[in-house]
Amino acid sequence: MAVTDAGPATEVAKRPSRLFKNLASKIAAVPMVLVALVIFVGCTIWTIYHSFTRSRLLPAPEKWVGLDNYERLWGENRWLISIENLAIYGFCSLTLSLTIGFVLAALLDRKIRFENTIRTIILYPFALSFVVTGLAWQWILNPQLGLQNVVRSWGWESFAFDPLNNAEIVIFGILIAGIWQGSGFVMVLLLAGMRGIDEDIWKASRVEGIPAWKTYIFIVIPMMRPVFVTAIVIIASGIIKVYDLVVAQTSGGPGIASEVPAKYVIEKMFFSQNLGLGFAASTMMLLSVLVVLIPWAYLEFGGKKNG
Amino acid sequence: MDLMKTLVASTAICAASAASAVELEVTHWWTSGGEAAAVAEFAKAFNETEHTWVDGAIAGSGGTARPIIISRILGGDPMHATQLNHGRQAEELVEAGLMLDLTDVAEAEGWADVVNPVRLLDACTLDGRVYCVPVNIHSPQWLWLSHDAFEKAGLDVPSDWFQFVDAAPALKEAGVVPLAMGQQSWQTNLAFGAIMVAVGGTDLYVDILTNKNADAAASAEMTKVFEAFAAARLLSEGSNVQDWNQATNLVITGKAGGQIHGDWAQGEFQVANQVAGEDYTCLPGLGVNEIIATGGDAFYFPKTDDPEITAAQKELASLMISKEVQVAFNLKKGSLPIRGDVDLSAANDCMKKGLAILAAGNVLPDGVNSFSADTDGQINDLMVEFWNDTSITVEDAQARYADIIANAD
Amino acid sequence: MADATTNAVTEARGPKPRRVFSSTNIIIYGTLLVVCLYYLLPLYVMIVTSLKGMPEIRLGNIFSPPVEVTFQPWVKAWSEACTGINWDGLSRGFWNSVQILVPSVIVSIAVASVSGYALVNWRFKGSEAFFTILIFGAFIPYQVMIYPIVIILRDTGGFIGDVTGTNFRLMGSIWGLVIVHTIFGMPILTLLFRNYFTSVPEELFKAARVDGAGFWGIYFKIMLPMSLPIFVVAMILQVTGIWNDFLFGVIYTKPETYPMTVQLNNIVNSVQGVKEYNVNMAATLLTGLVPLTIYFISGRLFVRGIAAGAVKG
Repeated sequence: MAVTDAGPATEVAKRPSRLFKNLASKIAAVPMVLVALVIFVGCTIWTIYHSFTRSRLLPAPEKWVGLDNYERLWGENRWLISIENLAIYGFCSLTLSLTIGFVLAALLDRKIRFENTIRTIILYPFALSFVVTGLAWQWILNPQLGLQNVVRSWGWESFAFDPLNNAEIVIFGILIAGIWQGSGFVMVLLLAGMRGIDEDIWKASRVEGIPAWKTYIFIVIPMMRPVFVTAIVIIASGIIKVYDLVVAQTSGGPGIASEVPAKYVIEKMFFSQNLGLGFAASTMMLLSVLVVLIPWAYLEFGGKKNG
Repeated sequence: MDLMKTLVASTAICAASAASAVELEVTHWWTSGGEAAAVAEFAKAFNETEHTWVDGAIAGSGGTARPIIISRILGGDPMHATQLNHGRQAEELVEAGLMLDLTDVAEAEGWADVVNPVRLLDACTLDGRVYCVPVNIHSPQWLWLSHDAFEKAGLDVPSDWFQFVDAAPALKEAGVVPLAMGQQSWQTNLAFGAIMVAVGGTDLYVDILTNKNADAAASAEMTKVFEAFAAARLLSEGSNVQDWNQATNLVITGKAGGQIHGDWAQGEFQVANQVAGEDYTCLPGLGVNEIIATGGDAFYFPKTDDPEITAAQKELASLMISKEVQVAFNLKKGSLPIRGDVDLSAANDCMKKGLAILAAGNVLPDGVNSFSADTDGQINDLMVEFWNDTSITVEDAQARYADIIANAD
Repeated sequence: MADATTNAVTEARGPKPRRVFSSTNIIIYGTLLVVCLYYLLPLYVMIVTSLKGMPEIRLGNIFSPPVEVTFQPWVKAWSEACTGINWDGLSRGFWNSVQILVPSVIVSIAVASVSGYALVNWRFKGSEAFFTILIFGAFIPYQVMIYPIVIILRDTGGFIGDVTGTNFRLMGSIWGLVIVHTIFGMPILTLLFRNYFTSVPEELFKAARVDGAGFWGIYFKIMLPMSLPIFVVAMILQVTGIWNDFLFGVIYTKPETYPMTVQLNNIVNSVQGVKEYNVNMAATLLTGLVPLTIYFISGRLFVRGIAAGAVKG
């Protein structure tokens, strides 16, 4: 995701552009352009438009209601709780995935034995779907069957760990499962990034007598910026979309304590049959993505033209 | 005129029988033990004709299946028949002309005369045309009690909701969760509806559900309902389960004293080989009023261009409502048949209680038929939040409820 | 570290721990051990549970190994568990899933790799804007887009059918499904391919241009042979995503061709009396077997591919 070394490409692009120049390459780009314009832009506009309508079970473009759906959305407790949960989950998930991923990658990078085995163990949850992840963890966290019961049977009678039935901390119960599923992939990404760093850097820092942790924080991390950006895009897109995991683990409960925006959107669309309201909620979600993405794209591509 | 229609209809059906066999793809979300056995009755009956039933079961309640059903209908590649809750939910699909008009079959077979209560057929009717086949009656307002649990506490099994509440402290002392409750929001709302009928009475219930009277929702009687509901939420502490039948299982195993749930819980007791009256007790209307609400399931038939398929669809529709199939299906499903003229001597005690109430005509409208799915969803959200968060006061909850009713559609 | 010599990129570059039993080593291996336990715990619980009978499960401890090992849950999940009125378990869906998987993976990877290649080596006006839009697309919950996409596919399919005078339809056909997977796989895959191709030395590209090679010539003769690792990465991501997909799999198929996830959903989500945890776990493991196997086999290539693709982007 980083700035490309644009050598050959800019050369090609800066040639006098004629429509039939490099026709094959233009044809090859058609699917991408179509998907970007028709699907992602087109469907987004379609969604935004319908968020101003009274669409219920079926899209109803003719029933215009203005901002009604948005008014109701922001008046609903459940939506507000969803947003709060997403903020907590998103912040924790992003920082924890990156931290855990980085620390594990750093450990694995130290020429250890069994690297392949350990890496596979950490990565395999990524192959499992969120539904499976949610079920497995729901079970482990079940107070009667799982962890709590086992620790108590060891003699610690007062041990209490029942996050999924406690509204205060339920979102962290979901976080445990989310991290389990996704952090391995982040670890692999960051490990790969570390391996791309020139060994001379390590030699130099050893000669200078800089401790390893300082080298990581002040030299290695800044050099890994592109990998971090890739990792953040992948983690963040997963966070925004988190739905299956919550459904499998808690169904949003207890009460509405673990609701998330994607679940709100999907349930308003398909359970409550209020497409308009669901689209209004998803428009809000997309808006928040744009707020982050546009400045990034500007920095990424806008800056380069000048440089 | 009617004769004419009858002739047309029967010709259509005859023509279908003469036509070549087709495969009908049927979507439904009946996948639990009793439900699957009930569907198998439909399939068996249909396969005995020259046609074939292709089963498209999708588990996980209507919410999982609905986007799939709608997508396929919208995409012009519909299944041939699909389960949908009747009433308000399918209105738009009918209005958009996507559903097959069954009026000719309905008139030929005189559905209007055999369907009891006739409200069920009304729910399938739009502008005088019939678009769906009601297949069963489910009523949500039942209290299920475990004899084991009350024995443990040294108590007699209560005979109504108020006795149950009185017995709750003793149950707690005996280490039994008084009231089992699953986490899904519709379960809490169901319990609310049942308590509303029991505590507030049927007039209040009808006034709110049918007339959508917001004043009634804000009235002092309704405050009593909310207070009873608030007291009930304290009784379910410790029943940390998700699905309704996990909650039912707590009652079956005597870990919980009771559960407020629909008559489909019956199937779970049956699977566990429990006998009504010996191992468990069922109280319609929570034992307070002898009353049931008439919710239920219906099948819709998306339109196709193929006349052979259309004929087979109509054949399936008439099969589903026929006497034999109704009996076979509903015995397995644990629900009540939609026609009063069938013999259900094989039914168990709980079903018989329901049948007697039905025969006496003590029926209420069901929330699904009165409110849009949207309003229903809002009430679900409110109820599940109120149930699980004891910091929400009765006043707050009632005010929010009245607000939802005022804006209900 | 067998590949350390063959591929410099994957070689560990960290400072080398000196002695086997140094305190640093103990901390490192100790931490890794704890971490591995955390990651293995759910898998262990699933496997152990799937080998127990229901009475044993009810007794409590989910971590204890089975007293009496039974393969009955696996047999039941594979061939007996019921889906509506069909009592033949997951076996119904396995080949269907494979038939969905193969074309979807091939087409989505082919399209994304060509797009990434076009983005790097054949940039055109606005290509970066399109790329940004693609990244934006990665953030859209796909359920939101179901209905508009269904409408687009209905009309496109109908149009093609009319033009060609055939009965061609995209709805309800495998090609509709392939297109949908291609669309939703595109953002992340294009990102990966783009980053990978950027790392291919530009001299190679220039030299090929001078020799008169065109767009496809360079793609097939230079880019493809150099890109095995990133193709492996893309394949792993797509196999996982498509194999685990439930929603699109049901919308675009018929009951006879439902993918395995539909049966899994039906087994796990329909509760028959008591939840049969052992069957659920066995079904879950059986369904996850294909992506898991691919991970275990190609894990090393996975890291190499990411290493090459993610770093120099």
